[in-house]
Amino acid sequence: MKISVQSEDFDLGAECAALARGRTDIGAVASFVGLVRDANDGTDISRMTLEHYPGMTEKSLAEIVEQARGRWEVIDATVIHRVGELKPGDNIVLVAVASAHRGDAFAACEFIMDYLKTRAPFWKKEETSEGGRWVDARESDDLAAEKWKD
Amino acid sequence: MALKILYFAGLRETLGKTSEYLALPERVGSVGQLHAHLAARGGAWQALATTKNLRMAVNQEMATPDTPLQDGDEVAFFPPVTGG
Repeated sequence: MKISVQSEDFDLGAECAALARGRTDIGAVASFVGLVRDANDGTDISRMTLEHYPGMTEKSLAEIVEQARGRWEVIDATVIHRVGELKPGDNIVLVAVASAHRGDAFAACEFIMDYLKTRAPFWKKEETSEGGRWVDARESDDLAAEKWKD
Repeated sequence: MALKILYFAGLRETLGKTSEYLALPERVGSVGQLHAHLAARGGAWQALATTKNLRMAVNQEMATPDTPLQDGDEVAFFPPVTGG
């Protein structure tokens, strides 16, 4: 399992290749990449700053991956979340899950992303032409996480 | 009892404070009591009472108002998370 909170960019291809390298039991790698959009709620975004709670963030991401491992057959997983200053088009987050079959890989990848959005202590601040604003949490994200409850 | 308290994101900006070390009176024994104690400072600190869905953590685990506090704990207050 690889968990990283970093300011540097990441390479999706390299991360997915690293998950499967040297083993032959992996039949599926599912991945998700989140990027910075140039507009939110009808306002142009020129820049974004990602703040987090060092220590708790890494712990929380590791716990979310462990929960996914408890629900699906996950062979390995990588979660990378960037922090600091980002601009439209930049990568924000990568989740990649390796499994024997695609069903487990797809589901675990979506679960990790839904839980990350509602539980991991990251906060986005957008710079717009009218100044800076902290992004509000969305109810749709809470609903997405709710659907995984038994 | 002495604690380290951290504030994040919009709440940190409103309070103008990232962290503080605080010695507490004996009657403050839970996260909820600490929250009320801090909000009672008035002024910008009322943001602790008015922030919608304020989140709390003790020693980097999510907490509730009932979570008990111990000497040396690290407590954090922050708005709902918006990563990803």
